[in-house]
Amino acid sequence: MTFSKTPLFSRSEIIGFAVLAVLIFLILPTFLGTFRLNLFGKYLTYAFVAVGLALCWGAGGILSLGQGVFFGLGGYCMAMFLKLEASTPENTSIQSTPGIPDFMDWNQLTELPAWWIPFHSLTFSLIAVVLVPVTFAFFIGVAMFRRRVGGVYFAIITQAFAAILTILIIGQQGYTGGVNGITDLRTLNGWNIRTGEAKEILYYVNGVLLFAVLFVAHFVRKSKLGRILIAMRDQEDRVRFSGYDVASFKIFIFCLGAAFAGIGGAMFTLQVGFMSPTLVGIVPSIEMVIFCAVGGRLSILGAVYGALLVNWAKTSFSESFPELWLFGLGGLFIAVVMLFPNGLAGIWTEQIMPRLSKLWTARARRAPQTHNASTEKRGAV
Amino acid sequence: MFSDYSMSELGAIFAMQGFAGLILFSVFVLMALGLAIIFGQMGVINMAHGEFMILGAYVTYFVSQFFSAYMPALFGSYFFVAMILAFFASGALGLLVEWSIIRHLYKRPLDTLLATWGLSLILQQTYRSVFGAREVGVTIPSWMMGSMPVTDLIEIPVNGIFVMVLAVGISMAVYIMMFRSNWGKQVRAINQNRVMAGAVGINTEWTDRLTFGIGCGVAGVAGSAFTMIGSTGPTSGQLYIVDTFLVVVFGGAGSILGTIASAFSISQAQSIMEFFLSGSMAKVLTLLIVVGILMIRPQGLFSLKLRK
Repeated sequence: MTFSKTPLFSRSEIIGFAVLAVLIFLILPTFLGTFRLNLFGKYLTYAFVAVGLALCWGAGGILSLGQGVFFGLGGYCMAMFLKLEASTPENTSIQSTPGIPDFMDWNQLTELPAWWIPFHSLTFSLIAVVLVPVTFAFFIGVAMFRRRVGGVYFAIITQAFAAILTILIIGQQGYTGGVNGITDLRTLNGWNIRTGEAKEILYYVNGVLLFAVLFVAHFVRKSKLGRILIAMRDQEDRVRFSGYDVASFKIFIFCLGAAFAGIGGAMFTLQVGFMSPTLVGIVPSIEMVIFCAVGGRLSILGAVYGALLVNWAKTSFSESFPELWLFGLGGLFIAVVMLFPNGLAGIWTEQIMPRLSKLWTARARRAPQTHNASTEKRGAV
Repeated sequence: MFSDYSMSELGAIFAMQGFAGLILFSVFVLMALGLAIIFGQMGVINMAHGEFMILGAYVTYFVSQFFSAYMPALFGSYFFVAMILAFFASGALGLLVEWSIIRHLYKRPLDTLLATWGLSLILQQTYRSVFGAREVGVTIPSWMMGSMPVTDLIEIPVNGIFVMVLAVGISMAVYIMMFRSNWGKQVRAINQNRVMAGAVGINTEWTDRLTFGIGCGVAGVAGSAFTMIGSTGPTSGQLYIVDTFLVVVFGGAGSILGTIASAFSISQAQSIMEFFLSGSMAKVLTLLIVVGILMIRPQGLFSLKLRK
């Protein structure tokens, strides 16, 4: 992979990352109590998905309405490990078959299904968190992109996958916990994840992982691969005629998005302490798209802000005005699409940044932003 | 599993199951026709399609209430009034939505998807605030209740037959509108070549609006028909949306005949598998098969050759 001559981080990008780091690691923990911080930890897990979507949709032009599937697969892989750890024979001695998860006992299963057994191992589970969603995404990607299915059709088919997985999980409740999901998770390798202190540590783990994901995403965006993606989004045929294998790039970026979503799902399970089909289906999958759209589909940092803001608004609105929340969310969808197609990041780069840089040039005769603003604009066409 | 039944019983089971499949088929056809017009002809993804159906269902509910309160003598025929009102109510909302949102987004199909999803959330909450969160059911007129015995073992519910008749009637109406009316000719012309259609004097803007309105109106009639076989709640519409889109895509966007064929195959497959497997597994398998076939043949069963 060759790099463009511009440095990996421009000055404004360093500032952007630094501001986000200050927000996540200093401001939020200082001003929020344990309960609120735990909520923001949950929002951060959605941000993983939003960053993945910013790559797939914003850069690659692939709108997936099934990110909830990957979020759920990652989350379930984690939850299965935690559930097995919580279901020791001592803890479950009142069951008719001790040593298996409680919901299996309720559904008259007498032994652990074979595909649950590997999840006794933490290493296997951690690998599965990434590998299962990626494998799944790979198969969908190969089947769809090799046949040049894209755009609207891809969106509808991924949405169908979200529906299929939800029905499957709810229908097979003996194996999956059904509509309640996998609940009552206690420890991670002996470490109690239900205490306030653990939630706080998990919040920081989330933050660090999110930054790792952001750096990967940034690297992809800046590399030649990122440019091909944007070229593909704007003029797919020309890229194909230039000799690039368009499908492979799409498959790669789709798998990367799925990996991010899987990590997010696993962190969600740890942070919130359960996993259920309500986080897999059509509705959450589309909500994840709106996080990305509000933040700005072209910007990975914007996606993080979008996830934090929309969820924060959701929580505070549904606490005080439960009636109004759906109006608000629906209105937000329409407003973002019609008025600000590039979301918050678009408002920033198109409205605020030029004014700031004008002020800046007036003082220092040097606009630090011009390069970045022009690439973003070119991307937006 | 068959050894417990005698031959005649087995035959009856398959007949009843096949008939259940036919009712499901009618439901799918009703749901999908409106979408086949909007998505197939205009390429607009209307995620609020289910909510337009629910509007029709609520209209039917209120008409039935009105009739039972003020005109109990005519109660048997309220449904036909309700259907017409449902068409115009959903159609009018459709025109409004096209004018305010959709027309700005024709060049960005994926964004239409998001905007109409937002619209569906707003409509759901509106229904919940206005009509209450509880599901409502209409009182079915007495002539539609009960069932018709065909043989000793096979009985067919009358409301099921009614929904089937309705599905056939509406399909024919849509077919005539699409292929025999002036409007249909214009819609197909625009679908084939928008610029050229405009150049020969078709008012493309108005035709688009009317098409969207008629598609939504058909959805309203579908919703109205659904009240005969189930109850209506604010979020009922969302249950249908994935099925509906799959039916239309599987049939091949742009082809009304394809939509009907795909509704038939999907519904029959599902209801036959429901007999052998649990309901949810039948659903999962059907969806998987449909998605699998779509992966092999993305253009659907019947595809029109179009110059895009």
